[in-house]
Amino acid sequence: MSRLFVYLIPVFVIAVFMVMAHFERRVAHDPTHRGFFDRNGTVLGIAFIALVAFWTLFLVVLPYLYMVQESFHPKLVAAERGGPKDILTLEQYRSFFIQPTDGEVNTTHLWAFFFSLAASAAVTVLNFAICYPLAYYMAQAGSVQKVRLLMLALIVPYWVNEILRAFSLRLLLASKGLINQVLMGLGLTDAPVDFLGNNVGLYVGLSYAYLLVMMFPLYNAVESLDKNQIEAARDLGAPWWRIHKDVVIPYAKPGIASGCTMVFMLSAGSLAAPQFLGGPKTLWFTSIVYDFFFQAFNWPRGAAYAFLLLAGCIALVMLMLRVFKVSLGETIR
Amino acid sequence: MSSQSIIKVMIGFYVVLFFAYLFGPLMVMSITAFNTPSYPSAYPFEGFTLNWFVKLWNHRAMMDGLVNSIIIGIGVICVSVPVGLAAAIVMNQIYHRARSLYYLVTVSPVLTPGVIIGISTVIFWRDFSEMTGTRGLFYKGIMLSIFGQASFISAYCLLIIMARLQRFDRAQEEAALDLGASYPQVFWHILLPFLRPALVSAAVIAFLSSFENYNTTTFAILADKTLVTVLAGEVRQGTTPALSALAVIIIGLSLFGAIAYEVVKRREERRSARIAERAKLAERGELAAGEAAPVAA
Repeated sequence: MSRLFVYLIPVFVIAVFMVMAHFERRVAHDPTHRGFFDRNGTVLGIAFIALVAFWTLFLVVLPYLYMVQESFHPKLVAAERGGPKDILTLEQYRSFFIQPTDGEVNTTHLWAFFFSLAASAAVTVLNFAICYPLAYYMAQAGSVQKVRLLMLALIVPYWVNEILRAFSLRLLLASKGLINQVLMGLGLTDAPVDFLGNNVGLYVGLSYAYLLVMMFPLYNAVESLDKNQIEAARDLGAPWWRIHKDVVIPYAKPGIASGCTMVFMLSAGSLAAPQFLGGPKTLWFTSIVYDFFFQAFNWPRGAAYAFLLLAGCIALVMLMLRVFKVSLGETIR
Repeated sequence: MSSQSIIKVMIGFYVVLFFAYLFGPLMVMSITAFNTPSYPSAYPFEGFTLNWFVKLWNHRAMMDGLVNSIIIGIGVICVSVPVGLAAAIVMNQIYHRARSLYYLVTVSPVLTPGVIIGISTVIFWRDFSEMTGTRGLFYKGIMLSIFGQASFISAYCLLIIMARLQRFDRAQEEAALDLGASYPQVFWHILLPFLRPALVSAAVIAFLSSFENYNTTTFAILADKTLVTVLAGEVRQGTTPALSALAVIIIGLSLFGAIAYEVVKRREERRSARIAERAKLAERGELAAGEAAPVAA
């Protein structure tokens, strides 16, 4: 019974939405306005609403709510669900901070959480630094033909899936890999450098995986900047770095924010790069979640950790947007 | 002048470096697919072989996974494109503030980590199918993968279709209505043909994103396998040049796709330029005729 409670939330949101739509229609009074079913025909109107409702309810909102709900329940076998043991509890969240087995502080998981977020933030900054010059060059200096060719060249590697891209990096960075062969051949090192063990592989892999995600929002943002503004700044004697700092970057801020948000969220939630390129001692937070599902079969705890990850990511993104004074609305546009 | 050319050289150097980073790993991997040693290595090149492609072809689990991936991809197209279309039309017809709320709900799956989408999909459908007694119908790896992937791929489709819908000229709709068309007729004969290019690219993007998805699918697929989850298992166990061979095939197909896309795009551009030219000429002709008429009267 308690589990059905979640259905009240979407009902409430839909009610709010309807009230909002109705209210706005009355405020923006427009005699030529026609109702939704009037404008689309009854059959099509119902079909549109049904499709959108199926998506937003059954594929988006309800699954999220069920996951959150699961995280507040104890680990149960199927037969016990709905029985007397099926109570609401905070035990899964407590286990993130304090080991349920010995009552010690859960340093492993806490560290993994902060490491994942910090490493994702670092990868985000790295990708911005790598992509900004090319995005600027393509948007402001390149000819149309050249830009289209560059775009195509950017997209093609991304049709190879994430796993194989991680695999290709592993071939390069492994102790018997090409880079170590070159380094040893040149006599720069005697023993192979352990790129994968000390997480160089992880950072490179994450950066490589989401390069394009940074590139496109940046390009789109810089592209619409009027070239005359840059000319004007240059004519007034601004050095190149001030042109970027005071003209281009403020203008492209929404695009930068959206690229950074995407890269950060994707890295923090990534599974392939940490699994295949991370060192043996590195514990990425999504890998912990993965293990709760597939090794410990502790779904409630996995759900709780997943929810913590989501909450942590959103909190950090919001904080950053606040610090850099960008509104969320601008970012997702 | 000299500082200009230094900057030019530096930009060139940077662009070369960037693309070396982008393509280097893939090229090295491609070489290993044709090299004989069973540990994938590009150097020294011990001998040319196509053996790894044969190995790949005989890899049963991978071929089964491929079939599942294709089924899921088609399923995702069937769900996401209609949903994206409906969602774009609804988005276009609601007011400002209600639209922001709607936008937040529909775009949130794009930003949610795939792992979380996978987990939440599995948990929801486990409970929901149990509650409604439809476990045999819904609680299956392929079904759940379609649902999980469609949750965020529909948002991609929405954004693609929305971009084109915003350029739709409402005057066309008005004209059709004035000429006696019903609303459904406007939808089927005016709006859909206009949106066709966006629908096609939405379908392509939907299939590609579905095909290469790992984070969501690895949870949602349950006990089944897709090509990507099989691959992940292989990479975790160790490395074989057969994986490089698969990558070579995918890179080959991508290059082919990219070139085909470029050719089609150029042809289309040329055609639309020609149509625009003809329309302009026709309009000029009509104007001339219109100006001539009063004089004749």
